[in-house]
Amino acid sequence: MTGTVLQLEHVEVGFATADGTVSAVSDVSLAVAEGEIFGLVGESGCGKTTLAMATMGLLPASATVRGAVRFEGNDLVGLEPEELRRLRGDRISMVFQDPMTSLDPAFPIGDQVAETITAHRDVDTKTARARALALLAEVGIPEPERRYGDAPHRLSGGMRQRVVIATALANEPALLLADEPTTALDVTIQAQVLDLLRGLRRRLRTTIVLITHDLGVIAQICDRVGVMYAGQLVEVAAVAEIFRAPRHPYTQALLAALPDQQQEPGSLRVIPGRVPNLVTPPPGCRFATRCPSVMDRCTVVPPLAHETPEHLIACWLSEATKRAADPAGAAAAGGAA
Amino acid sequence: MSLAVASAAPARRSLWRRGILSSRKGRVGFAILVGLVAVAVFAPLIAPHDPNAIDASRILAPPDLAHPFGSDALGRDVLSRVIYAYRVSLGVAVGSTLLAFLVGVPLGLYAGYHGGWVDTVIMRPIDMVLALPAMLLAVALIAIIGPGTNISAIAIAVIYMPILARVVRSSTLVVASQTYIEAARARGTVNRKIIARHVFPNAVGPAIVQATVLMGFALQIEAALSFLGLGAQPPTPSLGSMLADGRDVLTQAPWVEIFPGLAIAITVLAFNFFGDGLRTRLDPKGVAR
Repeated sequence: MTGTVLQLEHVEVGFATADGTVSAVSDVSLAVAEGEIFGLVGESGCGKTTLAMATMGLLPASATVRGAVRFEGNDLVGLEPEELRRLRGDRISMVFQDPMTSLDPAFPIGDQVAETITAHRDVDTKTARARALALLAEVGIPEPERRYGDAPHRLSGGMRQRVVIATALANEPALLLADEPTTALDVTIQAQVLDLLRGLRRRLRTTIVLITHDLGVIAQICDRVGVMYAGQLVEVAAVAEIFRAPRHPYTQALLAALPDQQQEPGSLRVIPGRVPNLVTPPPGCRFATRCPSVMDRCTVVPPLAHETPEHLIACWLSEATKRAADPAGAAAAGGAA
Repeated sequence: MSLAVASAAPARRSLWRRGILSSRKGRVGFAILVGLVAVAVFAPLIAPHDPNAIDASRILAPPDLAHPFGSDALGRDVLSRVIYAYRVSLGVAVGSTLLAFLVGVPLGLYAGYHGGWVDTVIMRPIDMVLALPAMLLAVALIAIIGPGTNISAIAIAVIYMPILARVVRSSTLVVASQTYIEAARARGTVNRKIIARHVFPNAVGPAIVQATVLMGFALQIEAALSFLGLGAQPPTPSLGSMLADGRDVLTQAPWVEIFPGLAIAITVLAFNFFGDGLRTRLDPKGVAR
């Protein structure tokens, strides 16, 4: 593994609402290595997108971000808006979920790509246009010359998402945040878009953080995966490891809920209970309210700890978590034994 | 939704035709406006007589072939005067609305896009202007600056600017929350360009509709101001001052009153029809989409 591109340190995001502060992301620490495709998985509202938006500096004014988001030697949390703007679209870029809404309906698609270039490079319109055409060709838009001036509504969903990806790649960013890039697309197009992302990583060594709730997508493309639940990062491991030996009860429940072909029709397995209210989250582990193995200690937040060098988990069932919470005690216990 | 628009390059033109000109109202309004603008522009070529030529032999003469609208109390040809007055009135109506548009739309865009204290600083004074009765405000402004055509145009612009700013602000709020604006920010586009390229084209529609309808009413306000002697000053003919002149001779020579009145009514109607046509084209819920 080479250098770390993105490092999140104890990131907390809260949204001020009329009912109180919603704790959308709680104490998330994470390192994404250069050139890897890191999957961030979790159900709707678990804070995946909020985390991406916090990285981009695109959260609304009602949000407060604490902790540090380190990227290329900067802490993005404290950065001036203008400095952030210079990074956005240049060093970090983002692909949004729904290509139907993430392109300006009144703006030619080619110009949306070119705009990313002119926002960061001092080039004339002709150069930007030529580069945009090359990008459109690269992401697999047929006849880019003819398509350049088209309004987004003249393209299919898959083609639009290609345009969005071309836009995100225009300046060859070091980091690409893809927020559910395939969710709004049908399965065959989904596979094409994932292939495209994989190819880009291979050619440009772009680091990709892929946000999804689709474990199938994770299995297809990611190297490592982080599992989030209700704003907490509960488990991080290599993809094969997560599928083979999930350690956190939530990850286990999530994988168990995947339907398989042997299953009786109409008998979907679900995780009992509901996601807690994040205005008044339960103290400690937020999965405790639904966890089959809940115990007294779960009212204290379990720290994310290395079970193996490649496998992190935040659960009191794990010896690693216990050791991380109380290094002295664990050492004493170890000494006694 | 957008799949309906299937044809290639002439998409824009077909939208125009299918939108504004598809409704009969829009067509009628558009046709009348084209005619009226032509009258205003080519007034010197169309007017059969000098609008200010006094003919003592034709005082309050009824309509005949040479003077289809009759003559007024000074023997001036009413048709020629209506044509020239129309030029002034339409000029004030269009000019004042354009001025209000040019000032109000950027303010509304800026306030709506940035929100927060920027919004408050821009919109609160605008709301204050909006709270005052329009005519009162216009009369007060003219009382301060003095009467005249340009002044009445400015007064109308002051009344309209807040209306257009409000309309644009509200459509901007909707547009600014769209994903494509977020995407533009994620590209690192500067706010100024996001507003100009992405917010403006998507948010301006309702303001254009509003401005079209307002133009018709601007003509009315101009007429009212001139009627009160606060607008165009004699001898410049204006539809409002002609109405004021005609009032004195209404029973003897109704044509002096009727024709400028008809001119106002037709114009306001045409602007409203055209505005309705535009609405079908630009309203997101309209049939054209």
